[in-house]
Amino acid sequence: MAEILDILASATFWAAVIRIAAPLIFATLGELLCERAGVLNLGIEGIMVAGAFAGWFAVWSGTSLWQGVAVAFAVGMTFGLLHALLTVPFGLSQHVVGLGVTLLATAAAYYTYRLALPQVTTPPRIEPFLPLAVPGLSDLPLVGPALFAQTPLTYAAFATALAVALVLARTPLGLALRAAGENPTAVEAQGLSVTALRIGAVMAGSGLMAVGGAFLTLSAFNGFFFEMVNGRGWICIALVVFGAWAPGKAVLGALLFAAFDALQIRLQQTALGAALPYQIFLMLPFALSILALVMMSRRATVPAALMVPYRKGER
Amino acid sequence: MTAPAGGAREVLRLQGITRRFGPVLANDGIDLVLREGEIVALLGENGAGKTTLMNILFGHYAADAGTVSVCGRPLPPGRPGAALAAGVGMVHQHFTLADNLTVAENIVLGTRPLWRPGLGLAQASVRISALARDFGLAVEPTARVGSLTVGERQRVEILKALFRDARILILDEPTAVLTPQESEALFATLKRMVARGLSIIFISHKLKEVLAVADRVVVLRQGRVVGEAQAAGTDRGRLAELMVGAAIREARVAPAAAAGAELLRLEGVATAPAGAAPGLRGVDLVLQAGTITAIAGVSGNGQAALAALVAGLVLPTAGRLLVDGTVPARWAPRAALAAGIGRIPEDRHREGAIADFDLVENAILERYSVLTRAGLLSWKGARDWAARIIAAYDVRTPSADLPIRLLSGGNMQKLILGRVLEAGPRIILANQPTRGLDVGATAFVHGRLVAARDAGAAVLLISEDLDEALGLADRVHVMARGRLSPGFGRGQASAADLGLWMSGEAFAEEAHAA
Amino acid sequence: MRLEPIATPSVARLVGLPAAAIGATLAVGAGLVLAAGGAPLAVFGLIIEGAAGSRFALLETLNRATPLIFTGLAVAVAFRARLWNIGAEAQLYLGALAAVVLGTGALAGWPAAALTVVLAAAAMAAGALALLFPALLKTRLGVDEVVTTLLLNFVVLLFVSMLLEGPLKDPRAMGWPQSARLLPEARLPRIVEGLRLHWGFALALIAAVLVWLVQTRTTFGYEMRAVGLNSRAAAYAGIPVGRVIAKTALLSGGLAALAGYSEVAGLRGNLTLALSPGFGYTGIIVAMLALLNPLGVVAAAIFVAGIFVGADSMSRAAGVPSYIADILLATALLAMVLALMFTRFRLSRG
Repeated sequence: MAEILDILASATFWAAVIRIAAPLIFATLGELLCERAGVLNLGIEGIMVAGAFAGWFAVWSGTSLWQGVAVAFAVGMTFGLLHALLTVPFGLSQHVVGLGVTLLATAAAYYTYRLALPQVTTPPRIEPFLPLAVPGLSDLPLVGPALFAQTPLTYAAFATALAVALVLARTPLGLALRAAGENPTAVEAQGLSVTALRIGAVMAGSGLMAVGGAFLTLSAFNGFFFEMVNGRGWICIALVVFGAWAPGKAVLGALLFAAFDALQIRLQQTALGAALPYQIFLMLPFALSILALVMMSRRATVPAALMVPYRKGER
Repeated sequence: MTAPAGGAREVLRLQGITRRFGPVLANDGIDLVLREGEIVALLGENGAGKTTLMNILFGHYAADAGTVSVCGRPLPPGRPGAALAAGVGMVHQHFTLADNLTVAENIVLGTRPLWRPGLGLAQASVRISALARDFGLAVEPTARVGSLTVGERQRVEILKALFRDARILILDEPTAVLTPQESEALFATLKRMVARGLSIIFISHKLKEVLAVADRVVVLRQGRVVGEAQAAGTDRGRLAELMVGAAIREARVAPAAAAGAELLRLEGVATAPAGAAPGLRGVDLVLQAGTITAIAGVSGNGQAALAALVAGLVLPTAGRLLVDGTVPARWAPRAALAAGIGRIPEDRHREGAIADFDLVENAILERYSVLTRAGLLSWKGARDWAARIIAAYDVRTPSADLPIRLLSGGNMQKLILGRVLEAGPRIILANQPTRGLDVGATAFVHGRLVAARDAGAAVLLISEDLDEALGLADRVHVMARGRLSPGFGRGQASAADLGLWMSGEAFAEEAHAA
Repeated sequence: MRLEPIATPSVARLVGLPAAAIGATLAVGAGLVLAAGGAPLAVFGLIIEGAAGSRFALLETLNRATPLIFTGLAVAVAFRARLWNIGAEAQLYLGALAAVVLGTGALAGWPAAALTVVLAAAAMAAGALALLFPALLKTRLGVDEVVTTLLLNFVVLLFVSMLLEGPLKDPRAMGWPQSARLLPEARLPRIVEGLRLHWGFALALIAAVLVWLVQTRTTFGYEMRAVGLNSRAAAYAGIPVGRVIAKTALLSGGLAALAGYSEVAGLRGNLTLALSPGFGYTGIIVAMLALLNPLGVVAAAIFVAGIFVGADSMSRAAGVPSYIADILLATALLAMVLALMFTRFRLSRG
């Protein structure tokens, strides 16, 4: 117990929490945008892989880090467009298309990687985003090093959360998206295109997922390796449910999840960690996600039209 | 009524509108003109093409041929946005409101540029309240739509159009969800609108209200305009003949010979509410052999709960349900079937049939366990059963192997009716059994229900069509907000009397008297 | 633009559209090969040759198809009842786990026939229970099974890893995380002596026929399809939807677990974390390409296995990365579901 308290009292722990949460925040927000508009995007896992690869590959080929992020975003949007075209105007099963996109995006990333680096066994490194201390704030005790000595992309994750929340709550576009996920005929009858809104939401959301992936290669680590996304996408889908489809709660969910993850990493180095197999700790994030889903199951805030294809004139 | 001056400005012209859905010609060269300050009723029975025509006008569909012009300017096809911008508003039969948003949010949706920050809800609410006062459409702008009654939702739909300064308003079967009194209030609102220069197209298949509200009546049959008349210069008989294509004989149903044994009884039954739909509250009801008992009332007032209870889908949370005088040991769809209850569901597409199953597979949905030996299904038995229903109930289909989604609504309903009646039920739950059917199919369903009654079954008919309830039933109850009125025998209550029960007012009086 | 249902699609549509989907897949493949600096036709030729060009290649393909038939059947059965089982990978590993727990010595001395039956049954039970849990969460609490089955894949894999580094570790494995080998009597023999194809393949074919019979001839199959197509109408008609989904979960999980059992007992002899290169996930593609038809699953599994085996062999010869197989399959999947939609609907104006 004392060990846990020690961990919780350290700034490095909280800094790690923020670092672990940031990619999840990007991807969770992306999934949330899709689902608020009525589309379940199971392409998330693969789009994150593609984003991780594309961001890294761009930077490795000589672009700046921010350009790498932009490339990842664009790659994510492209896979989002594919997903959206198949599920929105053509109304195909969102489950099947999502899994297909995950497989396609993952395989495309691996294929391109192998084409570019046929023989390499250790992935080449890039110079990732460096921590950027916020003048003044970073000197605060505990809070300073935890919150205000992060990489710019980490700050961007929180800024994106704020932006998504504002757009959803305070702009006509957000209103239209929320309506599209609840009752698309309400949107169509007011002269807006459900198809355009949903395609737009899925593309933007997929872009954010890819940036979440790129965070791994450009900010958390400094290279691309296979299996690096390792189920994070699926966890983000659980986080959207846990956050009841609200951006603020989803960010809190991501932070809570990251805290558990950071804690388990540190607990592995304690006496407890020596006594228990490390797999138990690694299982924790996945088991927690399932638990979160079960806990939230009774709250009926699901967008009413989620996973229901909209066909014009059909009611 | 203020008859529009003959020379009033023309605000809308539909010319040669043609639209085909697969093999069905829904609209066939339709011409229609609307003048300023005029209420035109578009009359026709189900499937005559009224809704399709209005969906083309509003831009939900594009026409295969023909043009729509507003104030002389043609509208681009297939774009609701363009229709809205030209001042056309539509109140859809199935409301187009998002339940998770407030009234004001639903109304401002799509009225501002998408990226402009802010929703302007405060200003909008002021304006909505002003419009609501002007036109008698009381509604709270900050209320969440999910919590509104059906009548309130319709007012929101109308306010959506008024908020956009619509000059032309289309109302698709607006009274289907209203009590007679609420309908009167709506008609008053419509009169106020035309007095201010709006023009209205009012879609209906109810002759009485068409004559009450419209200046001019246009009759549609099988996708074509078959007649047009000034409301003042015509009568119900003439309109009915135009609408159906032949003089209608008022269906006359002989009263039940004599009520038989009591088969099903509800005593003080309550059920849990399901979402926005209310549950039952203290419902007493008796079904007797050889009678038709009708439940009238506006949809969404607990009829779904009553039907679900009798069908075996829900259990009472209070009170008792008795079959043959005893409380059944378990209550589930199979228990209801085993107790001899035949069930015709309200929504044949969602509950009554499985769209991608063929006719055989649909015919045995409630009977397959009888056709099972050692876990194996007898497909021969299934085909025989289906063939029997198809023949006896005049189901028009090229083959029993066709997915049922390819059948017309009437034929689908006949198969469901046959599936229920061929099993020889003692109690028949018929929930809105003729909704959306044409006159022929409606008469067929009515005839079979009466025949079942005469053969000794107890029929529970739930209908939002007051004329149907009064015409068929030996006893009528009214349902409002989950409560059930006392029963009225044939000729004991007029439509106006029942209207008081439908609005819930009579319940209050009853409580007061007690 | 709207989609309008077609009452009776023409033969041209029914044949032409899937053919177009295959064509599109090949076009994507050709693009990928060109990007890698290869010659598409030659590379396609190498893939076909690698998959079916020799007796060895063909047997290799059939061996690879065996677990895919099982996982494909598992997915086909579940998807038919609209139970989205994405957890065949976990069920596969649990089946394999059950086989090595019982088959490496616990039941020493039992006759081969009894061992085979007990091991297969134990594997099926393990996989069945693994899917029952998310299925019950779905029917009782409304928890989406897609996410839970996906997440459980990771939990189960870590659990297996833990056992392989702990109690199940083979002491003679020089530190490698692998289980002890199955008793020789517990192994599935080869169908024909000398040919590298084991009885697992025959078992898979039998399973496919049995599943087909269940779906078309039995009441359970009828209930499963009714629940999958319209669970609300099924419930209204008195079909016990929750129980049907639970039974479907048991069948589906059991089939996926047989993949693990057959790999361990027929091919590998022991359990490692390299037992399945994603057979569970690939089963989804197999099932979709087979239109969820159990007999079609056999053909689709052999086709998919052929692509993988062929791509591996081509990759060694031509230097085009073998991930091309995954891209081809993902493309085929997406193109095929699109093509099949257009056999039922056509685009119409407005």
